[in-house]
Amino acid sequence: MTEDNGALHFHYDVDGNNFTSAGEASVQVKRMLRQMGYHPDLIRRISVAMYEGEINMVIHAKGGDADVYVTPDCVTVVLKDVGPGIKDVNLAMQEGYSTAPDNIRSLGFGAGMGLPNMKRYSDELKIDSVVGVGTTIEMKFRSA
Amino acid sequence: MTIREIAERINAAVYAEPDQIDEEMTGAFGSDMMSDVLAFAENRDVLLTGLLNPQIVRTAHMQDMRCIIIVRGKTATEEIKRLAAENHIALLETQLTMYEASGKLYEGGLGR
Ligand SMILES: Nc1ncnc2c1ncn2[C@@H]1O[C@H](COP(=O)(O)OP(=O)(O)OP(=O)(O)O)[C@@H](O)[C@H]1O
Ligand SMILES: [Mg+2]
Repeated sequence: MTEDNGALHFHYDVDGNNFTSAGEASVQVKRMLRQMGYHPDLIRRISVAMYEGEINMVIHAKGGDADVYVTPDCVTVVLKDVGPGIKDVNLAMQEGYSTAPDNIRSLGFGAGMGLPNMKRYSDELKIDSVVGVGTTIEMKFRSA
Repeated sequence: MTIREIAERINAAVYAEPDQIDEEMTGAFGSDMMSDVLAFAENRDVLLTGLLNPQIVRTAHMQDMRCIIIVRGKTATEEIKRLAAENHIALLETQLTMYEASGKLYEGGLGR
């Protein structure tokens, strides 16, 4: 943990080669927010949305970096990968749209619900994606 | 319906701490797709699934669910048991299919 510009900053490496451990960063963030005394509903929204993003980085993009910034009135989650990027973001945002192969579906993912869930549970969702360069997703959750 | 009553109705093996089995469960959701659980299982306590990997525990944990029922006669791996215990999530195993287990629990009043 570090402190920059009055925000607490937590950094996590998301290992893209290990589906079994995917989601561990979200588990740690959930634990930390509980210790900080945030409202359970807010914590659930943040952890579900971050978990979806973390899983996406593992199954679509070979992992990446997760950064969480906490200020008294807002929690910001930034997920950055250098994977293949998303060709058509509007299409990817539609419920049920997925390019996940069958082996991912047999692991319980690939329903095309992750990005819609992230939008539903966050107060603000920004997707910056360039094909062949990578994807950065920023989600904001307001606590006040 | 308590976890004890759930286990009786679907004849399930239970992995839980003694203090968990009398906890009251108010709703349930069944799926093998974890993103559907993350989308639709808000405010449900119980997850029924035939999927068998550690993500079932993380998904339940993220959604604040407190009980996982593994259907179709599958057995939880040691890692799944360890993760569930770590997060205070009760783990049940039943021979019934998801349809049968859901039917019995619904009939018994869970989530109705
Ligand atoms: N980080 C990423 N890098 C590259 N492509 C991505 C990334 N995240 C999402 N996508 C693309 O957007 C699609 C939709 O993502 P979304 O999370 O909604 O569904 P999914 O991951 O396929 O399935 P689910 O989330 O239900 O398990 C993906 O199938 C993939 O093509
Ligand atoms: Mg996804």
